[in-house]
Amino acid sequence: MKVLVFLEQRDGKLKSSALEALTVANKMAKGEATNVAGLIIGDNVAALAAEVKDYGADTVFTANSDGLGKYNVLGYTAAVKAACDEFKPDVVLGIASPMGRDLFARCAARLDAGLLTDLVDIDFNGFSGGVKPMYAGKVLANVKFSGSGLKMATLRPNVFAAESSTGAAVAKQLNVTIDDSKIKTLEIKKGKSDKVDLTEASVIISGGRAMGDASKFEILHSCAEVIGASVGASRAAVDAGYAPHDMQVGQTGKTVNPQLYIACGISGAIQHMAGMRTSKVIVAINTDPDAPIFSVADYGIVADLFEAVPIMQEKFKELLK
Amino acid sequence: MKVLVLLKQTPDTEAKIQISSDSKNIETAGMKYIVNPYDEFAIEEALQIKAKNGDCEVVIASFGNADTKDRILKGLAMGADRGLLINNEGVENADSLAIAKILAGAIKSESPDIVLCGKQGIDDDNMHVGVMTAELLDWAHVNVVTKLEVSGDTAKVEREVESGQVEVYEVKLPALFGAHKSLNTPRYASLPGIMKAKKKPFDNKTVGDIGVDLNDVKASIKTSVESYSYPAEKPAGKLFKDQPVEAMVAEVVKLLREEAKVI
Repeated sequence: MKVLVFLEQRDGKLKSSALEALTVANKMAKGEATNVAGLIIGDNVAALAAEVKDYGADTVFTANSDGLGKYNVLGYTAAVKAACDEFKPDVVLGIASPMGRDLFARCAARLDAGLLTDLVDIDFNGFSGGVKPMYAGKVLANVKFSGSGLKMATLRPNVFAAESSTGAAVAKQLNVTIDDSKIKTLEIKKGKSDKVDLTEASVIISGGRAMGDASKFEILHSCAEVIGASVGASRAAVDAGYAPHDMQVGQTGKTVNPQLYIACGISGAIQHMAGMRTSKVIVAINTDPDAPIFSVADYGIVADLFEAVPIMQEKFKELLK
Repeated sequence: MKVLVLLKQTPDTEAKIQISSDSKNIETAGMKYIVNPYDEFAIEEALQIKAKNGDCEVVIASFGNADTKDRILKGLAMGADRGLLINNEGVENADSLAIAKILAGAIKSESPDIVLCGKQGIDDDNMHVGVMTAELLDWAHVNVVTKLEVSGDTAKVEREVESGQVEVYEVKLPALFGAHKSLNTPRYASLPGIMKAKKKPFDNKTVGDIGVDLNDVKASIKTSVESYSYPAEKPAGKLFKDQPVEAMVAEVVKLLREEAKVI
């Protein structure tokens, strides 16, 4: 089985989850690196191919052009099509990141391929399908490809481990013609923080309605600083205007799966728990001992978050000294 | 000008999702259905475009079962002009690309200048259909849109990506845009709006009626859901209460290091 892996980069940095996808591809190809190829798209990305050396791909296609410096779905789709024409894969794999989800849907329609998105488990034997969360994680769906044809899939970040494996990762330049008459990327505005996005964060500390005010989130940011966490919020906190929507965890926000999730003053509405229940370890701090959030917490503390969080910050600081 | 909104019916966000006894379906009995929450932002955006461009028709279209009519009526009650329901009878198992083929057929027969939809359905969480539909029409698309300014035959569009980054695009119309939550604040349907909605033009069509061959669509289905399961229940955790806060926090931090090994 031949597998092409889209290796996502932003600002010249490869996503760590790209290596997770490459590892999965190598397992699908039963360790035969000649049957695995990477694809890196951007401007000035030729050198990035070397970074995936020893992750199980012999070839890394690079689509390197000024017009591909900023993500543009049509330019990127043309590059994926060019790589498929050259490599003729049976499977194209990527990551269920904002870019991956956008690009793969467009490519699946262009290439008339079956597409499975956000997989958390995979059937490695012939890749007949896998498992994906639906309803923001309230249920898991066992999804399958039917028919022959090209298979495309994106993997949820942080689920599959990246493991090294023999692969020369020799760069091979693709020629892609870019037509920006329909859509031009004018600019990419930087976010306010340089924090890892919630969907890829390994530690998250979130605040709920009990925060009471936008300025109070400062105590979460302060604690987050100590443990390298990203800060999230419940829908109640977002709807009350305490936090922007891009911080919302839950069914109409982000689905997250960090190693550690600390829920502060969050009661645990069904739509919130759907978005964070796959976190490896959950800590909940709430004044109400009957709050539903305690039913999914590994460690629950019945206390006022404004009292507990600063103490927790100090304890973390002592521990990490 | 014509703006077409693609709408999907989904279970309520607060609904408990129950799996059928044979594991092959989600129980529909007693389920409360709503307009996919992201689609409400698409409807609101269409109505705001209409308000700014006097001569503008807003059409709400959906591929779904007969009940979906009530969801479309909600859009008409908010102020849209016309409804179109393409009945999914016989192709209830259509996957994203098959649905996109049907919707692309409907859009071709309507020739709108702009198509709006929600960024994703909150049921299967795929984020596929809007994007695929745009590709089949050979149109540009921007999904996860937080800002949309239309002027003449172009639009300036902002798309939210990770870590608060925003991609800014200039797009040539016709094009498709997938609405994100922060695009606008959807209006409520007024009582007169609800009364008027029932009198607005509404077309019930089959897949064949919009010029798409049902058998072609069936033959093109490439993915399916075989079965459903619930995520594994977590064993009960440790709850600390009625102790000094300092002692409880110290104990939990210690357990995070020594037992859970995540710090």
